[in-house]
Amino acid sequence: MDDTKLNTILDKHHRDPAELLAILMDIQAVENYLPKDDMKQVAKELKIPFSKVYSMATFFATFSLEPRGKHICTVCMGTACHVRGAARLVDQVQRDFEVEAGGTTDDMFLTLETVNCVGACALGPLMIVDGEYHGNMDAGKLDRVLRKLKKQDAKE
Amino acid sequence: MSHPKKGDKVTFKIEGRTYDGRYGDSLLEQLRKHGYEVPSLCYHEAVSPYGSCRLCLVEVKKGKKQKVTTSCNYPVQEGIEVFVNTEKVRRYRKVVLQLHLSKTPKSKAVRDLAAEYGVMETPYEVQEQDKDNDCVLCGLCSRVCDEIVHVSAISFTGRGQNKRMQSPYDETAEACIGCGACVYVCPTDCIGLQESDGIRHIEKWHRDLPLQTCEKCGKQFFPTFMLMEFSKRTGISKDQLNICPACRNSVV
Ligand code: SF4
Ligand code: SF4
Ligand code: FES
Ligand code: FES
Repeated sequence: MDDTKLNTILDKHHRDPAELLAILMDIQAVENYLPKDDMKQVAKELKIPFSKVYSMATFFATFSLEPRGKHICTVCMGTACHVRGAARLVDQVQRDFEVEAGGTTDDMFLTLETVNCVGACALGPLMIVDGEYHGNMDAGKLDRVLRKLKKQDAKE
Repeated sequence: MSHPKKGDKVTFKIEGRTYDGRYGDSLLEQLRKHGYEVPSLCYHEAVSPYGSCRLCLVEVKKGKKQKVTTSCNYPVQEGIEVFVNTEKVRRYRKVVLQLHLSKTPKSKAVRDLAAEYGVMETPYEVQEQDKDNDCVLCGLCSRVCDEIVHVSAISFTGRGQNKRMQSPYDETAEACIGCGACVYVCPTDCIGLQESDGIRHIEKWHRDLPLQTCEKCGKQFFPTFMLMEFSKRTGISKDQLNICPACRNSVV
């Protein structure tokens, strides 16, 4: 991330170390992950130890320290979703896209992530694709959602 | 009654005997001061308590309520009654030690401590990833590095099963000045510090630092980087610091 962009984010949060979490979230919103150099720069600008920034970045499951795919597919593996077959959804994506849970496809098209309950258990099994929630998922629906993504991409 | 302030004089009881203390004192410290034996892994009087090892359990009676609590981070208060060796405390501590044995099965410090309390084995499963790891995640190293050395080169990373004590990215801890304070304070001796060929090597933080050669006696003593940092902080010129403590003392 270039300095101007980073400075805008830092200024927005008053360069306040107490807002570190929000700052990291803003960086990830732009970069799709937390680049090491950006975290170093944040530490320097906020005058806090790099180890503390890294510590926070690794504490929250929402942060990724590695570049992620263009699309992020998150499958809920919380108890309610799990008993309704969330594992099968994960398997399906793993198979169709040749990607491990937590990993990214070689062509950087898709990152597959799992979370433990997003608080919408009634809709389970639940999946979030690029921020959009899809409830009551099954194999057919999953296929349709991901196929749509591919089509979209082909058009661009 | 006004609210008590830190440092106010208080009277409390340990095993039925009355003692004086200051409001807010660490109960563990008071217990040890008066000769009561309480085990611990994550406590050191030089830094703030953290309460993670759960070994310093005691029973505290406050008013009508009596409960088992960690003593390191329990502030001494007026009128409390403390029991260090009740059946409940022994039972709880045993479980805690069993859990420690399942987390750091090879650590000599943990095994010795467990044996001292009659715990020789653990019924809990040992996870593959923990088999060769002696770190008990007590956080003493990073608290010392934060609060005493003011460098904060290392910290906890991840959480739950993946919680570790690490340098950022588990790569060279660039902020580390190689003072060795963390090594000194680590209860399980799992950080590792070696010196060879003029280099101080701190294993766990992947840090190699050249040692300064004393201008008087020619012996290598502290890492040069550490002396530079001291010079920056204290205003003492680096040249003065290039003489080892032994030679410096003999000059005076
Ligand atoms: S040796 Fe490095 S990590 Fe350890 S206390 Fe000193 S500065 Fe901190
Ligand atoms: S390295 Fe040692 S001092 Fe640091 S957390 Fe692990 S056991 Fe505690
Ligand atoms: S378990 Fe999936 S939303 Fe709660
Ligand atoms: S010494 Fe109290 S919890 Fe570790």
